Amino acid sequence: MKTVVIIGAGVAGVEVASQLSELGYKVALIEKSSYIGGKVAKWDHLFPNLRPASDIINSMEEKIKTGNFSVMVNTEITGGKGENGIWQLLTNNGKNFEADAVVVASGFGLFKAEKKEEYGYGIYNNVITSVDLEEKFKKGKTIKMTNGKIPERIAFIHCVGSRDEKSGNHHCSKVCCITGVKQAIELRNQIPDAEIYCFYMDLRMYGKDFEELYRTAQEKYYIQFIRGRLSEASENIDESLLIKAEDTLSGRPLKMKVDLMILLIGMEPGKETTDLGRNFKLGFDNDGFIKPRDIHLQRNLSSQEGIFLAGTCTCPMTISDTIDNARSAVIEVNNYLKNK
Amino acid sequence: MKKEGKQQIWKDYQKEIADDNYYFQRSCIRQNFFPGSEYAFLKIIKEELGKDIFDDARQTTCTGIGYHSDIIPFETTQTVVARHFALMTEKGYHNFVISCVTSFGIYSEIFETWKEFPGELEKTRYYLKKATGREFELPSNMTHASDIIYKFREQIFSKRKYSLVNKNTGKPLKIVEHIGCHYAKIFPRKGVGGAEFPQVLSGMIESWGGEVVDYPERRHCCGFGFRHYNVMADRGYSVANSKKKFESMAPYKPDAIICNCPGCTMFMDKWQYVIAEMENKIYGTNGNGIPVLTYEELAGLVLGYDPWDLGLQMHQIDCESLLDKMQIEYDPELKYAGKNGEKLEIPIQPNYVH
Repeated sequence: MKTVVIIGAGVAGVEVASQLSELGYKVALIEKSSYIGGKVAKWDHLFPNLRPASDIINSMEEKIKTGNFSVMVNTEITGGKGENGIWQLLTNNGKNFEADAVVVASGFGLFKAEKKEEYGYGIYNNVITSVDLEEKFKKGKTIKMTNGKIPERIAFIHCVGSRDEKSGNHHCSKVCCITGVKQAIELRNQIPDAEIYCFYMDLRMYGKDFEELYRTAQEKYYIQFIRGRLSEASENIDESLLIKAEDTLSGRPLKMKVDLMILLIGMEPGKETTDLGRNFKLGFDNDGFIKPRDIHLQRNLSSQEGIFLAGTCTCPMTISDTIDNARSAVIEVNNYLKNK
Repeated sequence: MKKEGKQQIWKDYQKEIADDNYYFQRSCIRQNFFPGSEYAFLKIIKEELGKDIFDDARQTTCTGIGYHSDIIPFETTQTVVARHFALMTEKGYHNFVISCVTSFGIYSEIFETWKEFPGELEKTRYYLKKATGREFELPSNMTHASDIIYKFREQIFSKRKYSLVNKNTGKPLKIVEHIGCHYAKIFPRKGVGGAEFPQVLSGMIESWGGEVVDYPERRHCCGFGFRHYNVMADRGYSVANSKKKFESMAPYKPDAIICNCPGCTMFMDKWQYVIAEMENKIYGTNGNGIPVLTYEELAGLVLGYDPWDLGLQMHQIDCESLLDKMQIEYDPELKYAGKNGEKLEIPIQPNYVH
């Protein structure tokens, strides 16, 4: 029986493992962390319909439970080489693998908001990221300032670490716009009297129902959208924040006091993806993600024969796009192994 | 405010600061407005720290103000900078220390230009040789004078006579620090602590017992802006910028402001007088303005130098409120005395703020 090793047990990895095992391959799913689900495991609700993220995790767990493939957590690929169509993979816990095909599904990393020093993440008390906010939502916490007060004015800052030359990321992370809209609505539900502002460059509502959610956020939830990128934030004596931006629609500089600032941080290749790309000599695109063999026709093929790519190791994607991409990787792996 | 967040950023922005054997590049503005600063710097480096520093009488301006006002071409500025490097080379020094933040920006910009466009360096070598017959080497280490004081801040404090503590209350003095834009905003990697949360002056304040005031407009420009004050019609912009800062820092009741840029020191000091005359608005306590000092003057006070030898009488805003809080001994009668003790004319006193 031909063997496939899949690296990363997030949305893409579990989907690939499930489908390939259905097709009769011997599949090993390897995960570096102690849990499955990747970033989604830490998310509370999903755009565009605000369904619980646990629906996706439950579906993944069901696939693992009913599927005929092995899952190894706390296992990291530390090296590997291919010879005569067989890939030898080394791991950190001494267990090594031989595989006829390898699928890299190592996902993405998150932009470190500290790098945008001018926004003061990690320094000002009431600056958090979209990931921090989601964690608070998931834990059922009431959103408060560090002094215990309920924030009366909240600002979401879009494109933090995305489309930003200074932080070295020119690419669009694609999901942050709609994440900001979703989180603003959730905050409105929690704090009905708060003023909520979103500072954006432009809003990329390309996905199904994204535009609807954006419109609803304005009409039903009174979220204020200001087209202007933040120049800097400072902390006031009462720990609220003074933010400066330019409202580019009115063409005027803007200074505002807010109680809480949420940075919508972008997707990056992540250390795991970069390390795997280097180990297997897969090559990188300019944005640092792993480069597919052909951006139109062979998106799941890497530059190395027998190594396939699935999900956000190649570029930012939504969950739906990740699942589609994972399924197309399954077809490529199957075609490759059938003819091998 | 989380201090550990800043410390992480500070770790990321450290620079190499030479230990000894400095060639000193003076500042045009500072020698005129705060003449005690460079005196104090040289005294500290030579006498307190026992280092070798060469103060060259052959220096000229770096052309910075003319350059930023668009009246000096870049080629001229490069050649003038090259001449200073040639003077350093002739004296056998490699560590270039710059007193002025405008000059520091000029030297850093030219240094980077020569790195990125070696043709400009070759052209400048040719111009300098043709004009003066001189040749030059690039310095192996280039720092602002405040970097040196920052590096040796603990050593300076070990020789202190006073610390930055309000002796009347026993609490640390609350000090606003203001970094010149051209110190770190052009090339953040060339400033200790970077551009957003610079450490060079806050490090001195904390090491000497004071408390840094973090106020919302901390990073805002002082309003110097070259063309803003050169063009009389634009001076309102300059005052407005300083005013924005004073309004923002006032609720924290700072005891003093320290700067590492001559422009910032001058305008933060003198615009307090202008704002008081225009609006009768005073930002300090008890009817006083907020004293504005250079970092060398502050270091000099910590080391016990006489305030009048440091030139504090040259400031628009009286510094006595700070001296009294630190319980520094001084003779008020000698404030406007010459070096030989002869009484000089007392300046006309302002209407509203001292």
